[in-house]
Amino acid sequence: MMANNKIIISTKGLLKSFDKLDVLKGINIDIYRGDVVCVIGASGSGKSTFLRCLNLLEQPTGGQIFFEGTDLTNSKVDLNLHRQKMGMVFQQFNLFPHLNILQNLTLAPTMLKKIPKEEADAKAMALLGRVGLADRAEAYPSQLSGGQKQRVAIVRALCMEPDVMLFDEPTSALDPEMVGEVLDVMKELAREGMTMVVVTHEMGFAREVANRVIFLDEGLVAEEGTPEEIFGAPKTERLRTFLSKVL
Amino acid sequence: MSWFDKLHQTFIEGDRYLWLIDGLKNTLLITLGALIIGVIIGAIIAITKYFCEGNKKLKVFSVICDVYTTVIRGIPVTVLLLVFFFVIFVSARDGVPVAIAAFGINSGAYMAELIRSGINAVDKGQMEAARSLGMSKGQAMAKIILPQAIKNILPAIGNECIALLKETSVAGYVAVVDITKAATNIRNKTYDAVNPIILLALVYLVLVVVMTYLLAILERRLRKSDGK
Ligand SMILES: Nc1ncnc2c1ncn2[C@@H]1O[C@H](COP(=O)(O)OP(=O)(O)O)[C@@H](O)[C@H]1O
Ligand SMILES: [Mg+2]
Repeated sequence: MMANNKIIISTKGLLKSFDKLDVLKGINIDIYRGDVVCVIGASGSGKSTFLRCLNLLEQPTGGQIFFEGTDLTNSKVDLNLHRQKMGMVFQQFNLFPHLNILQNLTLAPTMLKKIPKEEADAKAMALLGRVGLADRAEAYPSQLSGGQKQRVAIVRALCMEPDVMLFDEPTSALDPEMVGEVLDVMKELAREGMTMVVVTHEMGFAREVANRVIFLDEGLVAEEGTPEEIFGAPKTERLRTFLSKVL
Repeated sequence: MSWFDKLHQTFIEGDRYLWLIDGLKNTLLITLGALIIGVIIGAIIAITKYFCEGNKKLKVFSVICDVYTTVIRGIPVTVLLLVFFFVIFVSARDGVPVAIAAFGINSGAYMAELIRSGINAVDKGQMEAARSLGMSKGQAMAKIILPQAIKNILPAIGNECIALLKETSVAGYVAVVDITKAATNIRNKTYDAVNPIILLALVYLVLVVVMTYLLAILERRLRKSDGK
């Protein structure tokens, strides 16, 4: 594709069906370095599927996904190598319950990037400290609160030094009083210039932190724009209806 | 004659208690050997099936595994043992390795199902999280899925191990002197039918109780490492 090194992810006519159910019906999106893109839309509109296609956790049925210029849908591409550069944070945290927090953070860097253990430990501890959890390094995931788990999950992805972070409703499984601590970490990350794609129902976060908002509806990008455009002047009836329900 | 004299006559005269000890050694050897073979075969089958599922090119391996489990589970272990000793390894002089092979291959079919259920019980999100970090399917299996799966099924593996111990009591069919066969030999030699059999039952009971106890300790230690 074009040598535009400001574009980090680009999808071209992305299609995804499950059996007969067409979930994504041709999504074209460019994500630029430093973007914080929030993806909003009704439940079942395909937001998670879209996000999971970006690192090919879901195999697209058609179309292309370019990541840093490489077409990930090409079967010759070493996906594992590219996935190291795309951190992902899940709604259900998915920490590894049989490993303690420090081991959760250092397993992938030491195993995949061959980073010496001391170096990986030091980096993990520094990042843990920044999310306020340095004293929990030896704890196991089951001993943490939901908010703490999600902060650890974010740090786990960051320990691989990714170029982009994908978030799938990172606060939806949390008790309300823990949402703030996770959003704060994400805001901090955005401030530092991390490229982020965030599927979220937190419209306040989208409005405050995103530079672009994408409204997915029935498998298509129904509307796209700055938070001011999307929330202040929605063009389509569908988006107006959606916003009236969630705001 | 008092009961103690009777016991003395049955077990001590002619050092017949040594027969029991040798028999016990074989029973434990066969159980342990079969357990190791069973776990290895079971893990290979479970992992093969995991990776071949939904892959048309590799489907043949999955079918081979299915045939193995179907055949083995359809044959009583005693019959399997006879087949091994009198059909396949006809020239085997020592029955113990043959018994280990037969019980191990039998146990493998059950272990496969156990391990598979353990793998399937691990949350799907675990594999996804591992893959999202860049691990291959094999790395994720080794470092993330299997350790959790084994923890899940450890009680069931313990039960399988206890069942295996008891199953080996038929090893005498193929000229292996396990503890059951040893007790039978003493019975035939001394015409004391009661005491050797009661002692035999007690030995099995004690072994099972000890295994159950060790397993409980192991489970508690594993739970602790999860911080629960
Ligand atoms: N693995 C799957 N198999 C079958 N259908 C699926 C699968 N994943 C998602 N779907 C369906 O795809 C549609 C979009 O799902 P999803 O992307 O999770 O939506 P959202 O995240 O916007 O709520 C839903 O109808 C859902 O039932
Ligand atoms: Mg979703």
